[in-house]
Amino acid sequence: MVKIDAKIPEGPLAQKWTKYKANQKLVNPANKRKLDIIVVGTGLAGASAAASFGEMGFNVKIFTIQDSPRRAHSIAAQGGINAAKNYPNDGDSVHRLFTDTVKGGDYRAREANVYRLAEVSNSIIDQCVAQGVPFAREYGGLLDNRSFGGAQVSRTFYAKGQTGQQLLLGAYQALMRQVEMKTVKLYTRNELVDIVIVDGKARGIISRDLVTGEFQRHFAHAVVLATGGYGNTFFLSTNAMGSNGSAAWQAYKKGAMFANPCFAQIHPTCIPVHGEFQSKLTLMSESLRNDGRIWVPAKKEDAEAIRAGKLKPTQIAEDDRDYFLERRYPAFGNLVPRDVASRAAKERCDAGYGVGATGLAVYLDFKSSIERLGEDVIRARYGNLFQMYEKIVDDNPYKTPMMIYPAIHYTMGGIWVDYELQTTVPGLFCAGEANFSDHGANRLGASALMQGLADGYFVLPYTVQNYLADDIRTPRMTGNEKEFVEAEQSAKDRFTKLLNVKGNRSVDSFHKELGLTMWDFVGMARNSEGLKQAIEKIRAIKKEFWSNVKVTGDAEGMNIELEKANRLADFIEIGELMAIDALHREESCGGHFREEFQTEEGEAKRQDDKFAYVGCWEYKGENQEPELHKEELQFVDVKLIQRNYK
Amino acid sequence: MENYINLTLKVWRQKNAREKGRFETYQVKNISTDSSFLEMLDILNEQLINEGQEPVAFDHDCREGICGMCSLYINGRPHGPDDDITTCQLHMRKFKNGETIWIEPWRSAGFPVIKDLIVNRTAFDQIIAAGGYVSVNTGGVPDANAIPIPKDDADEAMDAASCIGCGACVAACKNGSAMLFVSAKVSQLALLPQGRVEAARRAKNMVAKMDELGFGNCTNTGACEVECPKGISVANIARLNREFLKAKLQD
Ligand SMILES: Cc1cc2nc3c(=O)[nH]c(=O)nc-3n(C[C@H](O)[C@H](O)[C@H](O)COP(=O)(O)OP(=O)(O)OC[C@H]3O[C@@H](n4cnc5c(N)ncnc54)[C@H](O)[C@@H]3O)c2cc1C
Ligand code: SF4
Ligand code: FES
Repeated sequence: MVKIDAKIPEGPLAQKWTKYKANQKLVNPANKRKLDIIVVGTGLAGASAAASFGEMGFNVKIFTIQDSPRRAHSIAAQGGINAAKNYPNDGDSVHRLFTDTVKGGDYRAREANVYRLAEVSNSIIDQCVAQGVPFAREYGGLLDNRSFGGAQVSRTFYAKGQTGQQLLLGAYQALMRQVEMKTVKLYTRNELVDIVIVDGKARGIISRDLVTGEFQRHFAHAVVLATGGYGNTFFLSTNAMGSNGSAAWQAYKKGAMFANPCFAQIHPTCIPVHGEFQSKLTLMSESLRNDGRIWVPAKKEDAEAIRAGKLKPTQIAEDDRDYFLERRYPAFGNLVPRDVASRAAKERCDAGYGVGATGLAVYLDFKSSIERLGEDVIRARYGNLFQMYEKIVDDNPYKTPMMIYPAIHYTMGGIWVDYELQTTVPGLFCAGEANFSDHGANRLGASALMQGLADGYFVLPYTVQNYLADDIRTPRMTGNEKEFVEAEQSAKDRFTKLLNVKGNRSVDSFHKELGLTMWDFVGMARNSEGLKQAIEKIRAIKKEFWSNVKVTGDAEGMNIELEKANRLADFIEIGELMAIDALHREESCGGHFREEFQTEEGEAKRQDDKFAYVGCWEYKGENQEPELHKEELQFVDVKLIQRNYK
Repeated sequence: MENYINLTLKVWRQKNAREKGRFETYQVKNISTDSSFLEMLDILNEQLINEGQEPVAFDHDCREGICGMCSLYINGRPHGPDDDITTCQLHMRKFKNGETIWIEPWRSAGFPVIKDLIVNRTAFDQIIAAGGYVSVNTGGVPDANAIPIPKDDADEAMDAASCIGCGACVAACKNGSAMLFVSAKVSQLALLPQGRVEAARRAKNMVAKMDELGFGNCTNTGACEVECPKGISVANIARLNREFLKAKLQD
């Protein structure tokens, strides 16, 4: 039986990480050259880790499914990155960032990890500035900050509306420097399709070259997965089209636990769905809630007239608008956390006050900010977002309010890791959005970038080294060992099987069906009945997929349908596990809202006596029920209270 | 207003790098003018799959104009008939009912075709590897506010840093020059004190790599700036030239 041991160092919270680093085992430079590390993924987490490993002298191989490491989905992050610098002198501190994150996550994250995250956050900003990341500055030449949801301080650093892009380019450039120095070997358009385990330890991967279709065997002393989140299980999400959960899913099938799969984040401010051929949803950054006010008409007849196209939002008088977040949560107003804001918008729309042709939209209005600050200031802050909106919707948001609606955005759940970011498979580490750590049941804005870079620059370089210190005597394997041969064969068989179904339905048609099921039953509001139905439906989709999917082309050369089919096969299974986890978690917390568990005012109601744990699922074989293990969460430093943003 | 249009598509099909390509003609019907160009191609692909044919391969990922993965020459223009956007941000309201649309991959010696509309742009990564960074390791760096940077410099650096590495500049250039791309990175880093230290060396090494990889010379046609989806200015090329000269003088 697998044991869940978080390996949290002893001692007071504020000293755990310092102590860990002081006692961690080291590898000398001559031995580092003999040790190989595979990093899968070139997003913030993967690129920063690989660059750092390379600089330290390890021998690194890094993989990405895109044509360049710079295209990882991290590039799309808009709003910013948190750190506890307290430059604005508004009362911020490491401890406050820590408590905000634990509270924002609705008390379902591990204290020790979150504290470390807050602790290293400041070094991230230093590192990025040193790399030439052009963060926004004030006229005095110092760094500027903005506010994000769930915080009453300004601690978010940003680079226009393109923070993720700039941070990723910083990490990418550091990575390419190591590629040039030959410490890192880069594999682009190359996808992990299996993980190789030898004597219980991760010893490499099987990958598939997406241009030639060729399968490859790669050995390493340790493997790091930094492959991002699985939000695309819902088909429509703010994630990039290629974002997928397959690497994490292969890890799960090889013995890594999948933790809290049902914790998915629904972001309140996305451009609403427009039609059945829509391929993805576009996020309008949370930073917009600094200056935008969210409202719907206060009168139902006004909402109806708007939906019918008879009335324009600008014609609604101030008194006839319901700024529902400011009304319900006066202390945080438009800056409540995402889960709270999303549910409030859904509540209004369900009650008949929604706008837009479908009635599934609310307004995000900049009128009062433009009056207060001038259009120039708003343009300087959000110009690229406004342009993006206008190109999609064909409406000018400087003149008329934006329309927004919640959409799937981020997955807090993921591969379970201990304090060292190691999975239950020795030698297999997991970082960034792909792991479950740090954000509990709801992630605060601007904290994913922080976590990705914390993991890659400042945690893994220590913890992976600690692991490898015991491995210096392990010689490189050739790839001809039976474990490699078998793993390659089973991956090949899976692709052949997909090609051989030769059914009648396209991959996308299945993905859309899965997505709708997920959104309807495993989305913003869940209940026992619906979740049971969802599990049945997903199992039926799986059955039909494997008997009726049509994958055109063949195994040789580039075959995009085959790539998609392989990832979808995993999404279907991930969706099932999400529903199973959501059904078992009989409480509401953060992004997981069970209708049966709410307060009279409709707020999420946790069941701390029963569910203050991380739900870790163990794979038990094809079509078998997974087994639940629990990592009980100890709250020593923060008190568990009902979140209150009023 | 949402409308529905029918279109004739002339799409470049090429099985792989070795085989010759050709245009194929397809019809698509009832395309909502609110859908994006790539959603229109999704519809075409769904149609092709249902007919048992191989769908058209094209690069894309974020579908919101930031990853730089999408490309396409549409009616003779990189990223199609709209300004300041990428192909994934192009919407069908820019086209008329009954129109014929020509869709091709980037065509440039530096970007060989991999399949259909997909090209190989790893040359850009190699150029960055030649010097497009500040040589610092993780850890041991000064406090982020240790060196104040004038806001105007920071803003200008940010504008140059907005380049998404899509390659439209190269595709638009009759010489197939990558100068706009290279100059954007050289400028960004030269404008900041952290990058200033290596500015001359960086310019020299990146330009040398660009030449080595078969990109053409810049003759100041300005076509790159016109087609750049991120509004990267040719003023960056002037700055690159200055840095390059300095490097030469130092030699
Ligand atoms: C639109 C948008 C805006 C956001 N804005 C913010 C923000 O303002 N602030 C914030 O903190 N967070 C934001 N986020 C969240 C944040 O961007 C992500 O959580 C974070 O960037 C994830 O980084 P990552 O390194 O874990 O993974 P990713 O950046 O997703 O990278 C995954 C990598 O893994 C590779 N990969 C995947 N599968 C395989 C495989 N099988 N084989 C090989 N390689 C593989 C991919 O090629 C890619 O390189 C935003 C997210 C979205 C969608
Ligand atoms: S300079 Fe412009 S056109 Fe050239 S790669 Fe960068 S963003 Fe694309
Ligand atoms: S798909 Fe990312 S820029 Fe077009």
